[in-house]
Amino acid sequence: MEFSELIKTATVEDVLLSRQGLPDVRGTLCITSHHLLLSSRPRGDLELWLLIRNVDAVEKRVCGSSGSITLRCKDLKVLQLEIPGTEECLNVASSIEALSSVDSVMMLYPFFHRPPSLRLRQGWHPCAPERLFQQLAAQTSRWRLSAVNRDFSACPSYPPAVIVPAAVADDTVAKAARFRQGGRFPVLSYFHAKNGTALLRSSQPLPGPKRRRCLEDEQLLGTVVAEGEDNATTPLSPCRGRPLQESFARLVEACGEPAPSVERWLGRLDSSRWLGHVKAALSTACLAAQCLDREGCSVLVHGAEGTDTTLLVTALAQLILQPACRTLEGFQALLEREWIQVRVVFVMWRRVRVPAHLGALTQPPHGQAGHPFQLRCARSAASPARGKREAPVFLLFLDCVWQLSRQFPFSLEFGEQLLLTLFDNAYASAYGTFLCNSEKERRLCRLRERTPSLWARLEQPEEKHKYLNPLYSHNPLPLWPCGQPQGIQLWHAIPVPERRAQLRPAPSLAGFFLRWIRPCRHLDEAWEEMRRLVQGDKSSLEEGEGKGRAGPSPRLGHGTHAETGTGQGPGVGLG
Amino acid sequence: MEHIRTTKVEQVKLLDRFSTSNKSLTGTLYLTATHLLFIDSSQRETWILHHHIAAVEKLPLTTSGCPLVIQCKNFRIVHFVVPRERDCHDIYNSLLQLSRTAKYEELYAFSYNPKQNESEQVKGWQLIDLAEEYKRMGVPNDYWQLSDANRDYKICETYPRELYVPRTASKPIIVGSSKFRSKGRFPVLSYYHKNKEAAICRCSQPLSGFSARCLEDEHMLQAISKANPSNRYMYVMDTRPKLNAMANRAAGKGYENEDNYSNIRFQFVGIENIHVMRSSLQKLLEVSGTRGLSVNDFLSGLENSGWLRHIKAVLDAAVFLAKAIAVESASVLVHCSDGWDRTSQVCSLGALLLDSYYRTIKGFMVLIEKDWISFGHKFSDRCCQLDGDPKEISPVFTQFLESVWNLTEQFPQAFEYNEAFLLQIHEHVHSCQFGNFLGNCQKEREELKLKEKTYSLWPFLLSEQKKYQNPLYNPDFSPELTLLEPNTVSFNFKFWRNMYHQFDRSMHPRQSVFNLIMNTSEQNKQLEEDIKELEAKIKQRNGRSDVVLVKEQEQTAHPAPVALKSPPCFQKEQPPLPVNDAVRTIEGSNTADNRYSELVSEFSKAEPAVVSLEYGVARMTC
Repeated sequence: MEFSELIKTATVEDVLLSRQGLPDVRGTLCITSHHLLLSSRPRGDLELWLLIRNVDAVEKRVCGSSGSITLRCKDLKVLQLEIPGTEECLNVASSIEALSSVDSVMMLYPFFHRPPSLRLRQGWHPCAPERLFQQLAAQTSRWRLSAVNRDFSACPSYPPAVIVPAAVADDTVAKAARFRQGGRFPVLSYFHAKNGTALLRSSQPLPGPKRRRCLEDEQLLGTVVAEGEDNATTPLSPCRGRPLQESFARLVEACGEPAPSVERWLGRLDSSRWLGHVKAALSTACLAAQCLDREGCSVLVHGAEGTDTTLLVTALAQLILQPACRTLEGFQALLEREWIQVRVVFVMWRRVRVPAHLGALTQPPHGQAGHPFQLRCARSAASPARGKREAPVFLLFLDCVWQLSRQFPFSLEFGEQLLLTLFDNAYASAYGTFLCNSEKERRLCRLRERTPSLWARLEQPEEKHKYLNPLYSHNPLPLWPCGQPQGIQLWHAIPVPERRAQLRPAPSLAGFFLRWIRPCRHLDEAWEEMRRLVQGDKSSLEEGEGKGRAGPSPRLGHGTHAETGTGQGPGVGLG
Repeated sequence: MEHIRTTKVEQVKLLDRFSTSNKSLTGTLYLTATHLLFIDSSQRETWILHHHIAAVEKLPLTTSGCPLVIQCKNFRIVHFVVPRERDCHDIYNSLLQLSRTAKYEELYAFSYNPKQNESEQVKGWQLIDLAEEYKRMGVPNDYWQLSDANRDYKICETYPRELYVPRTASKPIIVGSSKFRSKGRFPVLSYYHKNKEAAICRCSQPLSGFSARCLEDEHMLQAISKANPSNRYMYVMDTRPKLNAMANRAAGKGYENEDNYSNIRFQFVGIENIHVMRSSLQKLLEVSGTRGLSVNDFLSGLENSGWLRHIKAVLDAAVFLAKAIAVESASVLVHCSDGWDRTSQVCSLGALLLDSYYRTIKGFMVLIEKDWISFGHKFSDRCCQLDGDPKEISPVFTQFLESVWNLTEQFPQAFEYNEAFLLQIHEHVHSCQFGNFLGNCQKEREELKLKEKTYSLWPFLLSEQKKYQNPLYNPDFSPELTLLEPNTVSFNFKFWRNMYHQFDRSMHPRQSVFNLIMNTSEQNKQLEEDIKELEAKIKQRNGRSDVVLVKEQEQTAHPAPVALKSPPCFQKEQPPLPVNDAVRTIEGSNTADNRYSELVSEFSKAEPAVVSLEYGVARMTC
C-alpha cells in the first residue's frame, strides 16, 4: 500500500479552521501521509500540525458550493474545517478517514518519525528477570529461579525464566498452569518488603461447568497455609470494558454541551457513571493495598484475561504503597512493567480469590500479560463505530493517579502534564512505546530498533521539567486516598502549565475532560506564580550564580516540604 | 447557670461520622456556660459554642450508651455516645435550653471579653467607616449627595441613617417614593463607579399592585437615571423569578411597569426566595451527611438539591449587573421583595466584580459592612440568633460567601483573602461572639448599644490576617475598576467541600498546597529580612568601606538562592570582606590574619537574625 493512494487531494487553498476557545485561522491545508498541516495566510506565520492518527471521527457536511468537516480527535479536541468546493471537501474527508484508520502497525508514524535529538534504541529498557530476582533474593529466600517455561510449554506468553516459590517443584507448576486461562498462572506483581506479603495477578481459573478442581493448586495451597500466612479475599467491583467505553463517551458528550443548566450538567455527569468507576477502581486498589500493608496477607487479583482491570488495580496498589513508584522514573518503570511489557514472572501459589468480573472483552490475539494498547486505544470517545475491543482502562488508571495527585499534592514527582501526555501518546503517538498489543508483536515489528521511544523524549532535559511537580518531596508513607464521593473530582480545571508540545494547535488547558473547551488563563498564571514562589525566581537564581555564588542553589522550600507535609496531622496517609 | 445540671461526663465517645471502621475517641465532656468542650485522651480539644448548635438529637439507647447527635450551624456534626442515659438526658436538656436564646443580652457577645480596654474597643468599631468608603467611591459629587432624610430612622427603620441619593431627588420625592416601596425601602445608592459615572442602587419592590402608580417614585428613578451623564437609560433588575413577582401583585406589591417609568429597561433574573434556599440547603446537607454514599447518589443528590443552580443564579445576576455598569455605563436599580436578601447578594457581588478594592481583606469587610450590615440584611432572623420563627432562617449570606469562593477558585490571583477568611466570617456570623452581625438592622443595633457592650469582629480578623492571606494574590492582577468576568458555565460550580465538610478531616486532601506556599513565601520574606539585617550589621562594623558594601547589596537583591541555606552559607559565601589594606580572604586560607575570623565567630554566635531563621523553620514544623 502506498500513502499516495489514500490521499485524494493533497492541498486545498483558503481553508478556515475554527476551534473552541481559540481564534479562527485561514490558510492552506495540506495532507501528508501522517499529518494534517494548515499554514496560515497571507503571512504564513502560523503552522498548525495534527497527527492524522489522532483523528477519532470525521463528520462532513456539504452546503452549496462549500463543505465543512468536523474532526473529533482522540484527545477530545474538536476541529472544524470550512473547505471551499464540495469535491475537495469530500476528498479531504475520505483521505483523513482512510489515513486515520490504517491497519498496519508498520505504516504508523513512529516508524517514520526520526526526531533529530533522539537516537533509536534509546529509552527502551527491557526487564532482565535475573536482575530482578537478585533484588528479590536480597529481601527474601522463599523464591527460586526456575526453567519450567524454557520451551514455553507451561505458558506461551510468559518468558522462559520464571521465579517460583522455593518449596514448589517444576512439574507442579506446569500442571497447575493448565488450570488458568491462557496458562497465565499467578505471578508476582509486587513484593511488599515491609511485611513480606505479595500482590499477585493471573488470569481466571478454569473450573468449568463441572467445577473441576486442580489438585496441584490445592496441594500448593496447603504449603502456603503451612507457612502460616493469611490470605485475603478481594471482592473487586466490576469495571467492564464495554460499559467503561460507553461511560467515557457519555461523559465526553456531556462536556461538549455548550451551556447546560447546572441540573442538566450534574445529571449527565451522574448518568455517565465515570466518577463511579474512578471511585470503584480507587477503593479496590486501596483494599488490596490495605490487605498487604495492614493485615499482612497476600492478595491475588485477577480478571478474565488479567490484562485490563487487573493491571489497573495492581498498578494503583503499588503507587499507594511504594514511594519508589511515585518518582518520574519509578512511574515509568511501573508503566513498563505493569502495563506494557510482559513482566518478569515470579510464580507462586496463593489461595485463589474472588475474581474481578471483567466483562466480555474479546481476547487479544496473542494474549500476553501486558495491556493490549492497540486494541483498547484504537478509538476514543467520539468514534461512531464503537468497537467491542476498545476500553479506556488506561485512562481510568491515569484518572485515578490524578485523584491521588490531588489528594497528595506533594507526593508524586510528576504532574498532571505527564498524565495528559501519556494519554495522548497511548491513543496517537509519534513514538513506539505504546504500539502493539503484546511483547510478541513488538518483537515482530522490531519496535525497539525502528521507532523512537517516548521515555527517551521525556528524559530530555528541556522536556523533562514540564512533567515535574515543583511541590514534590519524598513521602515514605503509603498514600491512603479518600474514598468518599466528596473527595473525588472530575478531572478538570486545575492549573497546569502551558502546553507547547510540538505539532499541535495550542490548546487551552483545563484538566482532561474539558481541556479544549474551557480556557483558563487565570489558572495558568496562578500556577506559574505558584511555581515561582516555590522554586524561587529562576532568573534571579541564574543571575545570582552568574555573580559567583558558589555551589548549586537548591530550590526554595524543598527542604521544608517534609515538615509541612507530614505536619498535616492525622490524615490516614500520613498519620 | 440554671440550665446546667451536669458539668462533666467522663468516658464519652466521639464517633467519626465518615469513618468506615467505626473508630472513636474516648474522653471527657464538659459543659460550660458558653461552650460544650470535649477533651479526648490525647488532650485534643473540641470546642462547640452553644450558639453554633442548630439541633440536638438524642438517639435510642444502644449497648455502648446513649448517642447524642449535635448539628451545628457551621456544618459541624458531632456524634457522642454518653455511657449513662441520665447524663445524656441532662446534657441534652441543657443544650436545648442553652442553644436557644430569648434575648439579645444573653448572647455570647455581651459576655465575651477579649481583654481590650475601652479605647481599643472604640477604635475597633471605628475601623470600618462607611462615610470614608463613599468618599473613596467618589461621592458626594455633582450628581449624588448625602441625604439626611432618614437621620432619625423616620422614613425607613431598616435603612442606615446616612443615605446617598441623586441631588435632584428632593425630600418630598424621597418621602413619596418610600411610601410606594415595601417597608419604606426607597431607591438609594449602594455603589458608585467613578470611571463610568454609573451607580448601583437598591430598594424594595414597589407597591404597584395591578395598576397603582406613584409620581414621586417615577421621579426618583428618573433622578437616578439623570445622575448618570454617560447613559440615558437605566436597568431595573428584579432579582425574583417573574412568577413570584407577578404573584406579589395580587398582594398590592409587584414590579415596575415599564410604561410608567421613562427610560428604564426592566429585567427579571430569577433567584429563588429564602424558603426555597433553606430547603435546598437542607437537601444538600442530607446528601453530604450520608455515610457510605455512592458517587451516583452524591451527584444525583447534589442535582436534586438545586443548591449549585441557586449559586449560579446569584452569580449570573451579579455578572449581568456588573456588565451593565462596566460595558454599557448604565446605572442599575436592584430589588427583590424587601430588598435585604437577594438584593444584598447581587449588589455586593456586582461591586466585588467591578472594584478590586473589595477583593482585599479590608475592602471585603467594608463590603459586608455596607451592603449587608448597614442596609439591614436580617442576620438575626436568617441565622437564628434568637429563638424565633424557623421560617425566617435562610442561608442567604452563606450563598454570598460561596459565590465569592467560586470566584476565588476561578481567579486564584485576584483576591487578597483566602478560603479560610470566608470560613472564619461564616463562623462568626453564627457565633454571636462579636457585635457586628447581631440584630436585624442598624436601628436595632443602636438600641442594643452594641458598640459599648460588645466588640467588633474586624480588628480581631485583621490582627491575625496572616492566616487569611492568599499567597498567590497579585495586586496588579486587575487594575482598579476593571471588571472581573467570571465564566458561569455549569462545570465551574463545584461542591464546596471545605465549607460543608470543614470538620470532617477524612474528606480533605492530606497535604495542603496552600499551607506549603504560605509557609514558603513567609519564609522567603523572613529570610529577606535576615539578609537586610545582616547587611546592616556588616555596614555598621565596616563603616569605612561603603563602596564594597554597595556592591554586596546589589548581589543580594535576589535573596532566594541564599535563602535556603542554613547559617553556614553566610560564612562560606560571604564575599570578601572589606579590609583596609586590600588583603583578600580566600576560602580555606588562614582566617586568623585578618578580621574575617572575628566576623565568622560573630555569625556563629547567638546571632539574632540566625535565631529567627531557626525560629522560622521551627514554626513550620509545628
